[in-house]
Amino acid sequence: MLRLPPFEYFSPQSVAEAVSLKAKHGSNAMYTAGGTDLFPNMKRRQFTPQTLIGLRELKELRMIISDEGLVIGAGVSLSEVAEHPKVRNHYPALAKAVSLVSTPQLRNMGTFGGNLSLDTRCTYYNQTYPWRKALGFCLKKDGDICWVARSSPKCLAVSSSDCAPVAVALNAEFRLVGPEGERRVPACQFYNNDGISYLNKNEDELLTSIHFPPYEGWLMNYKKLRRRDSIDFPILGVATALRLGNNGDCAEARIVLGAVASSPLQAYEAEKMLIGERLTSDRIEVAAQVAAKLSKPMDNTDMTLGFRKKMVRLFVTKAIKEALEN
Amino acid sequence: MSKNNNFQWIGKSWTQVGGLAKAKGETVFADDMFLPRMLHAKMLSSPYAHAIIKSIDVTPALKRPGVIVAISGKDLPIPYGILPVSQDETALCVEKVRMIGDPVAAVAAIDEETAEAALEDIVVDYEPLPSVMSIEEGLAQEEVQIHDYATHGNVHKQVALEFGDTEAGFAQADHVREELFYYEGSTHLPMEQHSAVAQQGANNRLTLWSSTQTPHYVHRTLAKVLGMPVSQIRVIATPVGGGFGGKTDPFQHEIVVCKLAMLTGRPVKLTLTREEVFYRHRGRHPVLMWVKAGMKSDGSITALHFRNFLDGGAYGSYGVASTFYTGALQTVTYAIANYKFEAMRIFTNKAPCGPKRGHGTPQPRFALEVLLDKFAVDLGVDPAELRLKHLMPDNSKTVNHLTVTTNGLGECIRKVTEASGFRKRHMESHHGKGIGLGCSSYLSGAGLPIYWNKMPHSGVQIKIDRGGGVTVFCGSADIGQGSDSILAGIVAEELGIHIKHVIIVTSDTDLTPVDLGSYSSRVTLMTGNAAIAAARPLREKILSAASEVMEIPEGDLTIRNGEVGMLDGSGEPIPFVDAVQWTETKFGTLGSVGSYTPTRRGGEFKGAGVGPSPNYSFSACVAEVTCDSETGLYSVEKVWLAHDIGQAINEKLVIGQVEGSVYMGLGEAMMEEHVYRPGRSDVSGLHKTPSMLDYKSLTSLDMPEVETILVETHDPEGPYGAKEAGQGPLLPIMPAIANAIYNAVGVRVDEVPITPEKIFQGLQKLKSGKNGKSGTTVRIGPTKFPKVKFPEPIHVEPPV
Repeated sequence: MLRLPPFEYFSPQSVAEAVSLKAKHGSNAMYTAGGTDLFPNMKRRQFTPQTLIGLRELKELRMIISDEGLVIGAGVSLSEVAEHPKVRNHYPALAKAVSLVSTPQLRNMGTFGGNLSLDTRCTYYNQTYPWRKALGFCLKKDGDICWVARSSPKCLAVSSSDCAPVAVALNAEFRLVGPEGERRVPACQFYNNDGISYLNKNEDELLTSIHFPPYEGWLMNYKKLRRRDSIDFPILGVATALRLGNNGDCAEARIVLGAVASSPLQAYEAEKMLIGERLTSDRIEVAAQVAAKLSKPMDNTDMTLGFRKKMVRLFVTKAIKEALEN
Repeated sequence: MSKNNNFQWIGKSWTQVGGLAKAKGETVFADDMFLPRMLHAKMLSSPYAHAIIKSIDVTPALKRPGVIVAISGKDLPIPYGILPVSQDETALCVEKVRMIGDPVAAVAAIDEETAEAALEDIVVDYEPLPSVMSIEEGLAQEEVQIHDYATHGNVHKQVALEFGDTEAGFAQADHVREELFYYEGSTHLPMEQHSAVAQQGANNRLTLWSSTQTPHYVHRTLAKVLGMPVSQIRVIATPVGGGFGGKTDPFQHEIVVCKLAMLTGRPVKLTLTREEVFYRHRGRHPVLMWVKAGMKSDGSITALHFRNFLDGGAYGSYGVASTFYTGALQTVTYAIANYKFEAMRIFTNKAPCGPKRGHGTPQPRFALEVLLDKFAVDLGVDPAELRLKHLMPDNSKTVNHLTVTTNGLGECIRKVTEASGFRKRHMESHHGKGIGLGCSSYLSGAGLPIYWNKMPHSGVQIKIDRGGGVTVFCGSADIGQGSDSILAGIVAEELGIHIKHVIIVTSDTDLTPVDLGSYSSRVTLMTGNAAIAAARPLREKILSAASEVMEIPEGDLTIRNGEVGMLDGSGEPIPFVDAVQWTETKFGTLGSVGSYTPTRRGGEFKGAGVGPSPNYSFSACVAEVTCDSETGLYSVEKVWLAHDIGQAINEKLVIGQVEGSVYMGLGEAMMEEHVYRPGRSDVSGLHKTPSMLDYKSLTSLDMPEVETILVETHDPEGPYGAKEAGQGPLLPIMPAIANAIYNAVGVRVDEVPITPEKIFQGLQKLKSGKNGKSGTTVRIGPTKFPKVKFPEPIHVEPPV
């Protein structure tokens, strides 16, 4: 079987200790929480950290606090998030997205923060070392060419988190703690549309918690395209959140696409077409068509890119209509 | 053969031999083995699809601490291959590499990490050659030859046979259809990767433990390649964690561990990575098919003509047999008056194809069953009715000289359509819900062995201990299908004892008589018959001794439930163990042997060796799908499958085989693709998805409910009337899905896998009205077929 490369493992007892360990070991070190993505990637030598800083002992990362809104620790398992009553009752799009990640076993191990920070994926990159060596390596790791689009100056690996588009749609804030203290970043600013530097986060910073504002009375949904009903990463994720005014017209709208670029993409133009409007079937479909223009899938995930592109309009339409029906 | 209802074990469901150990994690698979001082080996793979090896230097690897030995192709230069006509492999490539993943060198080290790291130290100088990545390229490319023994260019094998007069048959037809079909390749995806351990022990005898379906063929290959007498080698097949045809060839790593063990004097283990398993492959051939069929208005088939191109990959493997199998069994289900079959297998620089569950028959069966669905529309008849009218009768011969002893397909069709409500639901308007029918037949064991000989195909030896324990020795390999259970059940039945007193020793060339292996669905029928042949003389001896002691005529006695007693149940029965001791007293040590050799059948023409079998199983399948008419995304709601099993030996195991076949068939029907990054010269030949995450096969959530219906025809050739169950039930799944999709949304997908993308494409065509001439059906599938001249066919008269 594929073997893990050797590494040194630390198990800090506090966030401060974790952050200082990371600062001390620099780019040779990586944080690990559930490890469900990191360890397979290490076996394929996508990462070869000499030091791993395990986050399991950090109790403050493992709490869900229900205040006006909701605070979810980055180290809470995906299963716990999916089952939390407040998530289910007040943030159903989040509950749905989380429960569609991978498999039950991996949701028991994998964490919310881990999924939000998930490494971008590409069928030329998520391969073993001998495979990538036979290819001649790629821009994202050990090489200098993007095999998906050879003239592309940037890596086109795909943001494949189910939770990220929902976090963006729900205007979540991410709390990051680094050696210089902590800061909060809105979800929409946390992600960069670049397959390599896909997170707007300093290397040493640790994502500790995710803060959701209250969403009383919103209609929200998440729809996921993948080939199988389990384990597969999204090859399209659509997160929607709508608030209807007293007159029944749309007062606020958020439409965010996942897995169509290196970051979640918010469909601002499509949202504008809904705000202040009556959400008729025609209006929704026109907005969905506008949202679909954002998507430029490449041949680096499962399923054909033509199909994935065509599905965006249909999935956005369905996501909104389903939310209105419920 | 009439049904016997007095069986103690046959037809019942008892716990699989070894099943509990597997459930509890106690089974020792090859990779679980750890021997004292054991080394770990790894093989270095070619990064080129096609290249000359100019030089190779393994010595730098030896400098790495922990590395004990390193070898390359020159250390194992003798070629081998499963078929005598295709001895085209070496354990490590000698002069050139023919695919990415072809192993060129191997190292043995103190641990796996060290061995893996040492591969990086080996220096190989390659001279890349142009690669051949498709059937079309293989046909076009004459200069670049992957193997110089090819018929010409990259044509590995060509076949042309004609039974009767197909042109005359087409002239008699009221409806003629000419169609193209494509069947994508797929891999076996066993849960257990291939793994082998070798050790050279006292007297220099070599032992190989390997996860293999065919220890006998591995045994022969090791002797040839290692240049050792067969008697100096012992091959033990470890419990196999899934085979499906993927462990029926002798493999490079099996030879390599032996060589490394001999060089080091230490045990050596090599377990393939999942990626290596994808490259070793020997899975389903991608087949491009042109089919022409003629039918009268009454539904009878006047002529059938198949022309098939098989994408063979880099080596021969079973490919010659696979090529014949794409033409052999179309004739077994329905009467076909005239039949022509042409095929070519093409070498390409990809993982070699070979036998996967159904071996060469799912591809043409898919084409034939979809074609019949189209004819049913032409004729305006129910697809089940169309098939029922023209079944091959019992005790008949097909146009290509195969003997059908019993054919339960009619009953299968009737039962499966009734259970599913097929007739009514097939007619209803659908709104995305559809139902489809597919039928098939498969052989219960190939009539001929892999290498030419007239010896038995299966041997069983039985020893009875004076404590009453019965040990059964047989070369067959239990690959999870339950062949050990079949042996135990049959011997227990014959000797009238509880199955717990039967000890099974299988697949060990030192201990067990030859059985050809677990392939071609042969084990139940052949080892079953051999087991009966071995057990019956022992039963007679026991009855004879008991008769003497009990002073009761032999004819009045029987053995039942572990006791010897009166047939009519009167009197006091004697425990089996007492009778055994009387028998040993009278006859001496109790042992016996039995063997089975199939009756030589089939025609007298060249190629007649592929297709004959003692009997054929039949299956009919109805699948129900729900398809979104906007997106083409669909799910399979339920599968009904009726299977003519002849006689179930262990009913639960048969149902397990059916459900497993449905699972595997749905994977092929819906999503599996064994595809390579396309032919950009510098990266061609990389497997696109060599992992269990990216190679899409069904998860448990994608698996529908399966309703299995067993039909028993009590065939005279099978043990107690049994037929095969391991492969046949897979065959009707793929066409049933295609036909159900057409029934649901009106799109014909003449290609496997039937993906949502293809259905969506069809739905778009349907919406835009771009379906060619008005009124024609929307079809997605191959549109081009190579124009290649086939040799003049061998003409064979149909049997009288």
